[in-house]
Amino acid sequence: MAILPKIQKDRIIEYLKEGKRFDGRKPEEFRDIEIKMGVSKNAEGSCSIKFGDCEVYCGVKLDAMTPFPDSGNEGILMTTAELSPIASPDFETGPPRIGAIELGRVIDRGLRESGFIDFEKLVIKENEKVWAIFVDIYAVNDDGNLIDLAGLGALIALAHAKMPTYDEKEEKVDRKAGLSKDPLPLDRDSMSFNLSAYKIGDSLVLDPNKEEEGSADYRISIAMNASKDGDKISSIQKSGEGAITEEDMNDILDLVSKKWDGMKAEVNKFVWGK
Amino acid sequence: MAIKSKFTKRSDGRKFDEAREMDAKVGIIPSADGSAMFRSGSTIAIAAVHGPRILHPQHMQNPKKGILRVNYNMMSFSVDDRIRPGLSKRSQEISKVTEWALSPCVDLEEFKGNVVDVFIQIPQADAGTRAAGINAAAMALAHAGIPMKEMASCTAIGKMDKTLAVDVSKEEEDFSEGEGSTDIPMCCLSRTKKISLLQLDGKISVDELKEAIEMGKIACGKINEIQAKALKEIE
Repeated sequence: MAILPKIQKDRIIEYLKEGKRFDGRKPEEFRDIEIKMGVSKNAEGSCSIKFGDCEVYCGVKLDAMTPFPDSGNEGILMTTAELSPIASPDFETGPPRIGAIELGRVIDRGLRESGFIDFEKLVIKENEKVWAIFVDIYAVNDDGNLIDLAGLGALIALAHAKMPTYDEKEEKVDRKAGLSKDPLPLDRDSMSFNLSAYKIGDSLVLDPNKEEEGSADYRISIAMNASKDGDKISSIQKSGEGAITEEDMNDILDLVSKKWDGMKAEVNKFVWGK
Repeated sequence: MAIKSKFTKRSDGRKFDEAREMDAKVGIIPSADGSAMFRSGSTIAIAAVHGPRILHPQHMQNPKKGILRVNYNMMSFSVDDRIRPGLSKRSQEISKVTEWALSPCVDLEEFKGNVVDVFIQIPQADAGTRAAGINAAAMALAHAGIPMKEMASCTAIGKMDKTLAVDVSKEEEDFSEGEGSTDIPMCCLSRTKKISLLQLDGKISVDELKEAIEMGKIACGKINEIQAKALKEIE
């Protein structure tokens, strides 16, 4: 978390009391979202995603692997996040710290539980070979709310990814043959991404920048999940030392549901082209 | 419940709003400043508190107040398939969310530059280990005489197909029919009634979640009574 002068934090809170933010946004207003496809031609699918100045790269790679012993008829999903020093003076080199670990695990849970990925269709040969999907998330410039960028970026990279070519004889991926034209087995009716509410002073804020994020008492990240029988929640994570009142909990659920309703059609259109 | 659900009764005969048989004991580790055990069904957690003590390395010290540091770990033999000892991403995350769950309870203003270390070990697991760990740790903090503003009590609400149930077991957590199983660990504070830990994975509607939180608050209240009773039994 950024080292933040107390006076700046006080001012952020004071402004929010009147429903104002330094950059002129309303408390629930997101920054402009900018997405670029294909940041690496060697990835099965990749994108960069920006909310204002905050930027994340997401890449998807697939490999044919031995399944886990207790789930021989299911593919594998591994989601990892890296907070490298390129993105912020607050990040350090070395093994992943709690921030990166939590980020990867929360995005993983949302994707896994949403039903967006059809794990049974990732089986090549039962109990012997399955596809493993690696979703890797790299912060490039941290300006707050990395978690929402990561969730949306992962969704988009997955949706645009193509299956590699599998060599049946050698029983491994044929990299020379390039990617096939087949998309990953995804259920577009179960799409999911994270929306996070931050409690700053007495206010609830969406998509904070780094200074606002550093002033927050807690964050609740909710993976909203489209579903044929009404929208669902597929994961929640509360982070930070603050505690949630009942009233705030209801407000957060309303705020996030509303935002999801507003964003989902747009995201759907961008991802699937309709 | 009026809605038809594939999960109609619990294999151990419990009611849906009934937690497993619980047991709590304070003062189980003599060398610690505070310690406690909490059991819910077959899930057992033990916790020890050391401190407040000077934090090393010094650069980690907070000159304004003492810090709370939690270390959660499952013993390698606590589950069916042996867990490789050492740090896992899961245990690191649970350590952190436990720290966040307990932080609002303790008042460490007086202990500048100090740390209060909480160590949680799980010798036997049958789901709900983070909840049992938090319940044990909260008692251990009180036992250690750390200034506390309120108590923390934690449980996990499950949704099996369309049915909500309190304090799920491993078997229930693995329920796969219908809508499958959703796991919602939550920690409630005794005085302010705030929620200091909330996690979820699975699939649930907003209305069901609100109902689950209400159930959780009631269940946590009952856990709080057991914690208070155990703390009063200290010799």
